[in-house]
Amino acid sequence: LVMAVIKLHGHPISTATAMVLCCLNEKEVEYDFAIVELSAGAHKQPQYLALNPFGVVPTIQDGDLTLFESRAIVKYLAKKYKGQGADLLGNTLAEQALVEQWCEVEGHSFFPPASTILFQTVLRPLRGGTTDEAVVEINIGKLNKVLDIYEERLSKSKYLAGDFFSLADLQHLPWTQYLVTACKKGDLISSRKHVNAWWEDISSR
Amino acid sequence: MAKIKVYGHPISTATRLVLCCLHEKKVEYDFVLVELSAGAHKQPQYLALNPFGVLPTIQDGDLTLFESRAIAKYLAKKYEGQGTELLGNSLSEQALVEQWSQVEGQSFNSPASTILFQILFVPMSGGSTDEAAVEMNVEKLKKVLDIYEERLSKSKYLAGDFFSLADLQHLPYLDYLVTDCGKGDLISSRKHVKAWWEDISSRPAWKKATGKTP
Repeated sequence: LVMAVIKLHGHPISTATAMVLCCLNEKEVEYDFAIVELSAGAHKQPQYLALNPFGVVPTIQDGDLTLFESRAIVKYLAKKYKGQGADLLGNTLAEQALVEQWCEVEGHSFFPPASTILFQTVLRPLRGGTTDEAVVEINIGKLNKVLDIYEERLSKSKYLAGDFFSLADLQHLPWTQYLVTACKKGDLISSRKHVNAWWEDISSR
Repeated sequence: MAKIKVYGHPISTATRLVLCCLHEKKVEYDFVLVELSAGAHKQPQYLALNPFGVLPTIQDGDLTLFESRAIAKYLAKKYEGQGTELLGNSLSEQALVEQWSQVEGQSFNSPASTILFQILFVPMSGGSTDEAAVEMNVEKLKKVLDIYEERLSKSKYLAGDFFSLADLQHLPYLDYLVTDCGKGDLISSRKHVKAWWEDISSRPAWKKATGKTP
């Protein structure tokens, strides 16, 4: 009996898809990749909406389980494949709690300004619109405040949740990658000694 | 054993989420009021606990923890086996709890909190409600609630046929929207969302969290 591999529905340019791909690689899990043609609006078609009613990528299918929300998918993979690949959750209850805490920080304090900057500086021009510089400015301000807190944290702790790489760090990879490259906001990272060291570490995995 | 210490404020939605979870899990705690109107949450004493300067934060022995959803998850895990089970039993159930918890945090929370901020908190601080912003976010919320309606027509609660953290996380904002913002029609116009709301909002733990029972 052959175990069906996990099926990942997504797109290579999607940051949320990249997060799941990274996790699959960290956990050394095989998968089939089904491209959802975003430019053709495939993510809004009934066939995809039947998997994910929110019409966004990615979604995974693992046997009977269909799962969306990239942060929920990586958490599921980290749990299911505990004991293989990199351990991403923390060992004690307290460590796991800190992983959860910094995952929430990523999702609620880091992601919103980072994604707005990405949208304004890269995606909007791509679609023929113009960057709203005032909005970019406001969100850089927000991100600066968050990164100042990260700088303080990372001066005391090698990774966000403690001295071990975890989902909390992984969740930052896709967005920070875009900020540093396509958005040309690398100075946000390089100007902060400990954030810079952390970024160089996690982005070279 | 020292009790868990909760730093928060009774009107804070995130504080209410944590209090509700503590009551569901039947966990005793000490409540430390952080005087928002006095800016206590931005003072060094509080920032030492939570550098983001927001509520709530808990202390449990050596562990200091912030982010209400992370706190609720920690309590649900630590006190597994007592009070209400909030996480799901199998790996699949737990995954669905996570999924709908993320939906709350990423799709529901933003429009709901913007509506609350504009209708309730802006006037309280002497400003005037931005009706266009309210309208835009009401439309976003309707789209999300349409998906919930479909989901809840097949499933008693969001993650399955069991009450979980995913449902609990919706209580604080929905309560404000229905009770104080005059947006009850968003709920009452959707048959299954309405039934779900009536169910989860009548839970004793929620009433205790909002001080509606002594």
